[in-house]
Amino acid sequence: MRAPPNDAAVMPRTTPENCAGPSKGEDCFRRCFRAEPFAVRDALRAAVARFARRMGPDDAGALELTLAEVLNNIVEHAYAGLGAGPVDLSLCHADGRLHCRIEDRGHPMPCPAAMGRSMPATDVACADLGEGGWGWALVCTLTEALAYTRDGDRNLLTFEFRPGCR
Amino acid sequence: MNLISESGADGLILRVNEDRIDAAVAIHFKDRLRELTAGGEGPVILDLSQVTFVDSSGLGAIVGAMKLLAPARALELAAMTPNVARVFRLTRMDSVFRIHAQAPEIARHARAAE
Repeated sequence: MRAPPNDAAVMPRTTPENCAGPSKGEDCFRRCFRAEPFAVRDALRAAVARFARRMGPDDAGALELTLAEVLNNIVEHAYAGLGAGPVDLSLCHADGRLHCRIEDRGHPMPCPAAMGRSMPATDVACADLGEGGWGWALVCTLTEALAYTRDGDRNLLTFEFRPGCR
Repeated sequence: MNLISESGADGLILRVNEDRIDAAVAIHFKDRLRELTAGGEGPVILDLSQVTFVDSSGLGAIVGAMKLLAPARALELAAMTPNVARVFRLTRMDSVFRIHAQAPEIARHARAAE
């Protein structure tokens, strides 16, 4: 299925040098943008809108949360101290699932295998409750086939999102 | 961050007139909540009925706000939409907050203030 004509409306305002535009001939969404909170917001809303009609509101919400956590992580950690660098987000629908690929040129991810896959404790005193640390655990919970590779100066994160699987 | 405070039957009501509490606005949310609750007493009930998306940054801001108010004041949550409820459920933070299914009602003779 080809992308609808109005997909031109979701093309990035600023196109980092590493983005060649949407993949052609596939049921894909692609957007390149700078790693800034409001650009992240725009990108994930557009990505979810692109596929929302084919999944229920519950899956669309879970997809939005997944993408938000991955992209926020890039803004806050990958590009920490580096300025808002480029992010290349692509999602392709095939075999009843979304194949997601997110690339950035920030700091390497610190050993993803060692990152917290479990949620921070809730059975602690109020003052000791964490105010973060859920992001990666949420990504692990909501995705399948999560894989990270460092390729030269690029971080590449891939995962699959299967509607109806939560 | 459009937060409206109203005097409620069971405490101070803060209505979040935004569709998102995410990384882009989390700090503003916490700052605004701090302003609106300064010097008061009794429970604070956050009306989330207009909010359709909260990410982990937004969740962190809500937890931070609860810690800010404690121990003198409780932060309670009300009228979570399904998408927002999922984040609380997946992170088990739904076990930390008192959660009301319905939006809180304003007190009789309440005065609304921005």
